[in-house]
Amino acid sequence: MKEDLYLSLQPDTLPSFRHLIGSSEPLSTAGALTPLRSEANSSSDFINGYRMGEELEAEKHVNYILSVEKKKDDFESVVMEHIRINGAYWGLTTLDLLGKIGVVDSEEVVSWILKCQHESGGFGGNIGHDPHVLYTLSAIQILALFDKINVLDIDKVSNYIVGLQNEDGSFSGDMWGEVDTRFSYIAICSLALLHCLDKINVEKAVKYIVSCKNLDGGFGCTPGAESHAGQIFCCVAALAITGSLHQIDKDLLGWWLCERQVKSGGLNGRPEKLPDVCYSWWVLSSLTMIDRVHWIDKEKLVKYILDCQDKEKGGISDRPDDAVDVFHTYFGVAGLSLLEYPGLKAIDPAYALPVDVVNRIFFGR
Amino acid sequence: MDSDEEEVEVQRVPLSLRPEWSDVTPVSQNDGPNPVVPIAYKEEFSETMDYFRAVFLADERSIRSLHLTSEVIFLNPGNYTVWQFRRVILEALNADLQDELDFVEQVASDNSKNYQIWHHRRWVAEKLGPDAVSKELMFTKKIFLLDAKNYHAWSHRQWVLQELGGWENELDYCQQLLEDDIFNNSAWNQRYFVVTRSPLLGGLEAMRDSEVRYAVDAIISRPENESPWRYLRGLYKDDTQSWVNDPQVSSVCLKVLNSKSNFVFALSMLLDLLCHGFQPSKEFKDAVDALVPDPESSDSELAKTVCSLLEQVDPMRANYWKWRKRSLPAKTV
Ligand SMILES: [Zn+2]
Repeated sequence: MKEDLYLSLQPDTLPSFRHLIGSSEPLSTAGALTPLRSEANSSSDFINGYRMGEELEAEKHVNYILSVEKKKDDFESVVMEHIRINGAYWGLTTLDLLGKIGVVDSEEVVSWILKCQHESGGFGGNIGHDPHVLYTLSAIQILALFDKINVLDIDKVSNYIVGLQNEDGSFSGDMWGEVDTRFSYIAICSLALLHCLDKINVEKAVKYIVSCKNLDGGFGCTPGAESHAGQIFCCVAALAITGSLHQIDKDLLGWWLCERQVKSGGLNGRPEKLPDVCYSWWVLSSLTMIDRVHWIDKEKLVKYILDCQDKEKGGISDRPDDAVDVFHTYFGVAGLSLLEYPGLKAIDPAYALPVDVVNRIFFGR
Repeated sequence: MDSDEEEVEVQRVPLSLRPEWSDVTPVSQNDGPNPVVPIAYKEEFSETMDYFRAVFLADERSIRSLHLTSEVIFLNPGNYTVWQFRRVILEALNADLQDELDFVEQVASDNSKNYQIWHHRRWVAEKLGPDAVSKELMFTKKIFLLDAKNYHAWSHRQWVLQELGGWENELDYCQQLLEDDIFNNSAWNQRYFVVTRSPLLGGLEAMRDSEVRYAVDAIISRPENESPWRYLRGLYKDDTQSWVNDPQVSSVCLKVLNSKSNFVFALSMLLDLLCHGFQPSKEFKDAVDALVPDPESSDSELAKTVCSLLEQVDPMRANYWKWRKRSLPAKTV
């Protein structure tokens, strides 16, 4: 198992939510795909801010994702069976960012998603699996990609999520009651996408998240837990969606986040840990939401992500020369999108969906 | 998961050949064609899952179902539904939960970052209550021997301390972990957790003096370690004035600056102090000037010089330091 599995692809790890963020006023990173410029590094081998010869292998990544979806017969996919819905979210969002979601049969996806719904209103990781907020958010996000949220019985889904809020404002992930700021994010993001945020006690939810703030400006999974970039993403995004970003010490947190960039240009998730492509998303999206993304060296990070590509078969890995997977492919592409890499659709740092999808939901386009 | 593979292959009898399962018809995952591939492990996996689906759909809360969940969990500890069904069975059978802790430990030995394991462990510990304390503290300790920064294990340990108790030796334990690795940010975080939350220590203010000394020593030994710097600042939470006025704080900055190596965090803290009204003596100005490669770039305002210097020595975050320079309060010196 890999480093920081906690947040990574494992089935067990419930990753997906982490990336899914939101804000009632979509924090649009949209706009012109301006090339990166950094005063630090403007030598002549940069064209439009990007190093020549270092390119995003967009077409190969598309093929890689499509091949994973078709391969139901290999071991990885069997082990992934129970989080197939998370995998689908990573893969489909990546395709959308690459402008290729049109190749997917949306009817087929939507009808499969609906089959993953449990009578409680929540979604399981696949057909016949028990519901959890983790899978529920992925289901809503996938439907959002296809502009199909309206196929849901909104009351039923939102009531399932609402029922998971605890007295102190926190959220449990399921009926077994584990509390974690990840679940606060998931609940808030899901309900916002369903236009149902008013069904929970937002004030208490925010208060709980703020109680998880640490002396370094970051956030952990519960009060007193160590700051971790994945948890920070969840907390910052939940605060962004609820219009509560003023609760964050942006300068202190921004400095902690930009300290995550290591010599190779990659980002780690905690002090003294190894860099990993997935943190390109967690750290960058957080920095974007607090408007401090220019504090890191963007060019070096772009290069790090591009170095993690499998240039033959497509896909992106956690670190250069490791095996690729859908999870890191998504985070790599999403990170590049936040870095305004040319040719990619802009992604919303809070909802973890393409900006046009978010705009469609909140502004009717 | 890799290491389980062999064991399972050696011992396993297919479920279809076991008499106790002859009455069950396996149910396969109905998400479309699932071609069989000649990988032995994969076949076992599929077969076990198919039998699991059968007992799960029949809601069979029996001993054999419990054993079957164990098999599935060893093959794939990440399956959320299996763990959940296991809890339902444990409750129905009123099973011995101390045994369950042993089972979890066995699974965790290869999968300590698996989220489901920790969720399950907490469920069991919660049911056992204070009887679980020593076992839980020991269990997390074992995990930290393999991975001292395991986020799940830290989260579990904090939960145990707060809900079930066991604070007595926790500060010593942090000490021990930091002796092993002074860069372990998780252990620094735990130290702060203990100092601020232990019912036995009297709280942050009572502990501040000794903790400041501890942090200062850690900084002097490795000034490039960001954890003790942040810890030191955290000890003055809600009391910025004491932080600015405490000579232990400014003098550790000065000491590191005078050593002329690994001084980024020292400069950074000096900058913060200056921004909060710290009045530097000539020693501080001299120490900073001695680090400036080009005396021309030295500014009459110390804070500006510090920012320029940081911009040079920490180029990756040059924009941050530039911003700090632009946003210096008017009255810094
Ligand atoms: Zn990763």
